[in-house]
Amino acid sequence: MATFTLPKNSTVGTGKTWKAEAGATNVKAFKIYRWDPDTGDNPRYDTYEVDMDKCGPMVLDALIKIKNEVDSTLTFRRSCREGICGSCSMNIDGLNTLACLKPIEEVKGDVRINPLPHMPVVKDLVPDLSNIYAQYRSIEPWLQSETPAPPGEERRQSKEERAKIDGMWECILCFCCSTACPSYWWNGDRFLGPAILLAAYRWIADSRDEATGQRLDNLEDPFRLYRCHTIMNCARTCPKGLNPAEAIGKIKQLMVERQG
Amino acid sequence: MSNQESTAAMRSAPMRSALGRVRHLGAARTGTHHWLMQRVTSVALLPLTLWFVFSAIGLAGASYTETLLWIGAPVNAVLLLALIALTFHHTASGLQVVLEDYVRPEGRRLIAVYAVKGVCWLAGIACALAVLRIALMP
Repeated sequence: MATFTLPKNSTVGTGKTWKAEAGATNVKAFKIYRWDPDTGDNPRYDTYEVDMDKCGPMVLDALIKIKNEVDSTLTFRRSCREGICGSCSMNIDGLNTLACLKPIEEVKGDVRINPLPHMPVVKDLVPDLSNIYAQYRSIEPWLQSETPAPPGEERRQSKEERAKIDGMWECILCFCCSTACPSYWWNGDRFLGPAILLAAYRWIADSRDEATGQRLDNLEDPFRLYRCHTIMNCARTCPKGLNPAEAIGKIKQLMVERQG
Repeated sequence: MSNQESTAAMRSAPMRSALGRVRHLGAARTGTHHWLMQRVTSVALLPLTLWFVFSAIGLAGASYTETLLWIGAPVNAVLLLALIALTFHHTASGLQVVLEDYVRPEGRRLIAVYAVKGVCWLAGIACALAVLRIALMP
């Protein structure tokens, strides 16, 4: 059966508290999930009090400030700090989002930060994404066409054809959606999940691609595609405002359409 | 752990690549029919169930013979048989989805799915037989 409770060695305890500097008046507490694979200890929530008068507005600003000034062992992924690289996806205040796009003031009370749910943890806020990257690879996310491109020219699309991949090309593969999906939690080994199915539909909907049939063949599976029950957590959590559930719905429509 | 033991442990641990694990046995090339039939049966069951509920209310207080005559009337018998077939088809395919979501490992899941299908088949046949016996009564 699917496991609904945490195994014993995953129960999260209470860790250390780092007090704000003396004299700080505008203090916000960050309760952050910590787990170190080298110690074998259970994970814990460490509390960092941060002086908001000396911190940038986004959650990522606070994380970087903590790492630079308070505790250099705090581990997380980040790169572009402007919502385009998808590295700093994590669960903030109960919702998966990008730390760089999440204003601290939107969180009432303490800011609770966890790694993306239901993924193996490498350390602290860093999840192991090897399975989901392999799933991305499995949908062959590149243009497949037997017709060669016109010499010296790009492959052309009408404005209408180009508009069909809007709402899909914007995906930055942060995997907030897939890790918010209960179906992906229970069957992530076989269900491709919202992020990957959105990426699959991006190529299915591309007028320049000639492998639509094979792409649909590869998704025609009770687990790969049909574990989606339109729960819509994906659309709710997407920090880029995309709607993977709609893309999955369109894949299902095409599956029915090609049966005649 | 000694060197030898750890080497042995490494050799027996799954070392297949992530892509190999994801591709696994390939796509089943099925699933659409099941998904579509779930929707088709639910749409068809909407009017049928409403018809059945209102008919059952209309039969309240009717005598045994009157009820038998109502069930045996050709239109009612046909609609009842359709209702029975669709209800049990819909139940089995709906429960199958729940079992596929939650039951592991694969062997246990298969057994659970076929057990549900078996029960639904038998219950459906029993219901249909009841209607047919009344409808075909001399």
